[in-house]
Amino acid sequence: MTDPAEDLFMSAAQKNKGRQIYTVSQVTHDIQLLLGETFSGIWVEGELSNVRPASSGHYYFSLKDESALLSGVLFSRTAAGVKFKLEDGLKVVCFGNIDVYPPRGQYQLIIEKIEPKGMGGLQLALEQLKARLEKEGLFAAEHKRPIPYLPARIGVVTSLTGAAIKDIFKVLERRFKDVHIVVAAVKVQGEGAREEIARAIEDFNLFNRTAPVQERIEVLIVGRGGGSMEDLWAFNEECVARAIYASAIPVISAVGHERDWTIADLVADLRAPTPSAAAEVVIPLKEDLESRLTHVLQRLRAAFADALEYRKKDLLELVHRLRLSIEHLWELDGHAFAAAQAALQRVNPAVLIPEYKDKLIDLARQIYVRMDQYIRLHGAEFSGVTEKLSSLNPLNILSRGYSVTFKLPAATIIKDAESVAPGETIKTQLHKGSIISTVTQVQ
Amino acid sequence: MAEIKFEEALKKLEKIVEDLEKGDLSLDEGLKKYQEGIELARVCSQKLDSAKKKIDVLAKNKKGEFELKPLDESKLEE
Repeated sequence: MTDPAEDLFMSAAQKNKGRQIYTVSQVTHDIQLLLGETFSGIWVEGELSNVRPASSGHYYFSLKDESALLSGVLFSRTAAGVKFKLEDGLKVVCFGNIDVYPPRGQYQLIIEKIEPKGMGGLQLALEQLKARLEKEGLFAAEHKRPIPYLPARIGVVTSLTGAAIKDIFKVLERRFKDVHIVVAAVKVQGEGAREEIARAIEDFNLFNRTAPVQERIEVLIVGRGGGSMEDLWAFNEECVARAIYASAIPVISAVGHERDWTIADLVADLRAPTPSAAAEVVIPLKEDLESRLTHVLQRLRAAFADALEYRKKDLLELVHRLRLSIEHLWELDGHAFAAAQAALQRVNPAVLIPEYKDKLIDLARQIYVRMDQYIRLHGAEFSGVTEKLSSLNPLNILSRGYSVTFKLPAATIIKDAESVAPGETIKTQLHKGSIISTVTQVQ
Repeated sequence: MAEIKFEEALKKLEKIVEDLEKGDLSLDEGLKKYQEGIELARVCSQKLDSAKKKIDVLAKNKKGEFELKPLDESKLEE
């Protein structure tokens, strides 16, 4: 019996006699075959380190754990499908084949699939983009613009074939219809969706720059109906987020997904859980508007009534004007007419005239009473004056024997004898009767 | 007046009410405001009942200018 160790040694020696010498290429080739067969379609778990993106689009990095390191490569074709960012320290699970790179004598894992460990790749991509945009301030509350109340023109960025547009129209059926909706039709999922959504938002902003004020879009609804996370993916894309952020028109996001927020939701000025909800935010209920209108009308009437109360002195003028405008008021609807009637009632001449009449009677009565008082107060004074007046009466002087002579026919009082000549006729007024004489001599 | 938007009419009406409530108008002005207010209320009320929605599609013409084209709603039906 030979010693197995010796036997091993012998066989090695024998082999050496007819030794087979490989070239470097051959041995490398054999290794390549061996490794390729043994480690084909394997899953490897590890931590990314030394991630190096190349200008070709390939990614080179190492996968490592506590005690070993494995080179890995992600070719550009595969890398294009990876949504999340490859970062040092990220724990991943990779699927691929071990291959040898002969020029360097190195083996590496050619990766076909790569997933972050513990969560889906999309989820991670979302978290990564979210963190980056948040840092940049795209979600900042101070950047949120107010959503206009009752916008006259609403822009909608969505698909014409999806549920969102129909939901919005359905809301419109139940609500106030004095609204103009402008739809920008876009793909909301699949290849090119993100670019179309972003461009439509930009287009609305461009449109506003050239459109006259009365045609400008006042608010945008950007969204789609519900779907899987992959279906909604376009609304998690950076270019969509940036278009929303840059929009001068306030944006309401309306991605049909109650629970999770997309990045579009985070950037938007307002997030609505569904397209219907977005429409309800900007298109009010008819009843709400009716009650608002009724309230304003009540205030109008009250304010006008107060103004009338305050300016009573101009009421008569107003009665006149109201009469003139009554024909116009007739044309108004029921509410308005009732209001006008109430206003008219306040200034109704039929009510006012007796009021004024009473006032006049009252005034007349006051004048009467005051005069009476006056006369009573000043009665004594009054009779003194009467006596004085009576003593000055020329007739009273005549009664004492004096007389007055007039020259006829002019009847001027003769105060100077020179004013008459002999032959003229004069009249002498006595207390009782008068004498007509002819002048015979002037002395 | 017929072309005025509901919201504009309502805002005008609210402004008129505020002016009247301040109470520093002459009766003449007050009456004018009141009549204007009633007219605006009538317009609003009419709009509420009769307003028709208008739906367009944002499109670009050959020159690359924006155009609003009426949406054919029948196309939306499945």
